[in-house]
Amino acid sequence: MVSQTYKIANPTGFHVRPTKTFVQLASTYPCKITVHNKGKKANGKSSLTMLTLGITANDEVLLEVEGEQEQEALQELGKLLTAIYE
Amino acid sequence: MTTSYKGIAASPGIAIAQAVVVKQEHYVPVASTIVDAQAEWQRFEQALQAAKHDIERIYQLTHDKLGADHAEIFEGHLMMLEDPELIESVALAIKDEMLNAEFALHRTAQQFIQMLLELDDEMLRGRASDIQDIAGRILSHLRGVKHIDLSALDEDCIIIAHDLAPSDTAQLKLELVRGFITEAGSRTSHSAIMARSLELPAVVGVGQAILDVNNGAMLIIDGNKGEVHVHPSEQLLAHYEAEKLAYDAKQANLRKLVHEPSISTDGHRVELAANIGKLEDIERALQNGAEGIGLFRSEFLYMSRNTLPTEEEQFNSYKYALEKMNGKPVVIRTLDIGGDKDLPYLQLPKEDNPFLGQRALRFCLANPELFRTQLRALLRASVHGNLKIMFPMVAVLEELFEAKHLLAEERQRLLEEGIAVSDHIEVGIMVEVPSVAVSADLFAQHVDFFSIGTNDLIQYTMAADRMNKSLSYLYQPLHPAILRMVKMVIDAARQHGKWVGMCGEMAGDQNAVPLLLGLGLHEFSMSSSSILAARELITSLDQSQWSELAEQALQFTHSAAITQFVQQQLQR
Repeated sequence: MVSQTYKIANPTGFHVRPTKTFVQLASTYPCKITVHNKGKKANGKSSLTMLTLGITANDEVLLEVEGEQEQEALQELGKLLTAIYE
Repeated sequence: MTTSYKGIAASPGIAIAQAVVVKQEHYVPVASTIVDAQAEWQRFEQALQAAKHDIERIYQLTHDKLGADHAEIFEGHLMMLEDPELIESVALAIKDEMLNAEFALHRTAQQFIQMLLELDDEMLRGRASDIQDIAGRILSHLRGVKHIDLSALDEDCIIIAHDLAPSDTAQLKLELVRGFITEAGSRTSHSAIMARSLELPAVVGVGQAILDVNNGAMLIIDGNKGEVHVHPSEQLLAHYEAEKLAYDAKQANLRKLVHEPSISTDGHRVELAANIGKLEDIERALQNGAEGIGLFRSEFLYMSRNTLPTEEEQFNSYKYALEKMNGKPVVIRTLDIGGDKDLPYLQLPKEDNPFLGQRALRFCLANPELFRTQLRALLRASVHGNLKIMFPMVAVLEELFEAKHLLAEERQRLLEEGIAVSDHIEVGIMVEVPSVAVSADLFAQHVDFFSIGTNDLIQYTMAADRMNKSLSYLYQPLHPAILRMVKMVIDAARQHGKWVGMCGEMAGDQNAVPLLLGLGLHEFSMSSSSILAARELITSLDQSQWSELAEQALQFTHSAAITQFVQQQLQR
């Protein structure tokens, strides 16, 4: 298992569009993807659970990836967490 | 006989048409035990597929009719319908607990809705209604009843419903719908937002009685006042028909001005800009024809949190705003706290007279490290658009010099670190303290622009706390004392080839705009909703004529006389 903490950079938070982008990419990986925020955790392939994390700008979220292609998934998904969205 | 109802004015305008009442039954599934889990699961899967087909069709329909932006919400719905956690939770309830599919889905959806409703973020809480919408659709398929179908309308109508979900409104033949009335809802509910973006009048939160109106009944919606009139009398109908004509014509004229420049009849061009307090406000500013951001209140970045924003966080926000405005000017005001705005995490000492205390630039200069962080973020962002930096609450030149000195130092440091900084960032000050207004000629050579903050300038000139209701009579934007100061600032700036803006309420005031134009104000920054009306006014005025009229107005002794004078001249 690999994990890393990322700080959400998008100034308007992590709403529908960033969540959609994240979940779509997460769903292409075979490994298990878990996102932790403020004591809650979500399945990175589920937009519903991701939304319930209530992620806002500058939150520090922990991304945990386990299984095949975990290193690559961590790296690519981490980029999405720290990206800026229009 | 006319029956009238009062609700929330959710979207402006007037509509007159027949009612189509959408009856929605309120169905709550009850738990029952099933015998064949496999068959039940198949039943659920079929309903899920059918719901997906519906949404795909609605997505396409919306995409073709209203464009990709409006359709995006249904992409979200499709993702929810494919959500692994949702599906697994329903599957477990059916297969392990032997629950009926209706209840299994209902319980799962409610769990997610509950979790979302507990969040602080309003935008995320709003997603609860999306889950309600998709769950309702699957339930309709499970039960074999028709989901509300609004695609069968065949003549002009006004829709009356309990509330409307996104997938309901998406199917509307919009060319036939003249307005919405809902029993429930608020200004921020989906039907209200939808109505505003489609520019259809809407009144929401009218109450249950509205659902008893008969199909086909004649209706008037007054979306400006939040009123609904059923079976209007001939007299009322005639009144509203006239009002509707006038209103629609006015709106059509205003909308035409969105991409137009603000030029007076004699060819004098000014700039109409927006005041913003959050990044989300930028979109609305652009939709309302803003030619720039005249006041970006940077303090919002510091509020509603427990620590100071870092340089990186601020940089991201400034960059976002500059890029979104795509080369149009963005005037960012450095941190303005103190007065009525506190940052609890800084534990600032209480002051006896906070409005006369260590606020805004005074505070920043006393806390240079905090100020330097903001300046660095601004300088780094400057390469991403047309940035102008503005210092608030300057009273004496020393303050301006010190602020500019810190700015120059940070610029130098960044350049030494190899970080790009734009070399044409204009630097200006707010004119809020009378000392600056009356000695503007001494400041003009040291700034690129002035922006007159009228709310504070009036309070300091009249020595009247603007929060104190019993002194509200002293809040007089058109008082000769204020107008004369405005003139002093503009004249001083003009002599030095600098420009002057105004970012207080006064800049959008229909009685003040002609005088300000006449005095030579260059930039008018106001709430987004006032921009188009101000543009309409300015494009009908002769600047040189108002220049003379403004001189005359300055000789009156009272605000009331000046207001009356302006109104008389406008009616000529």
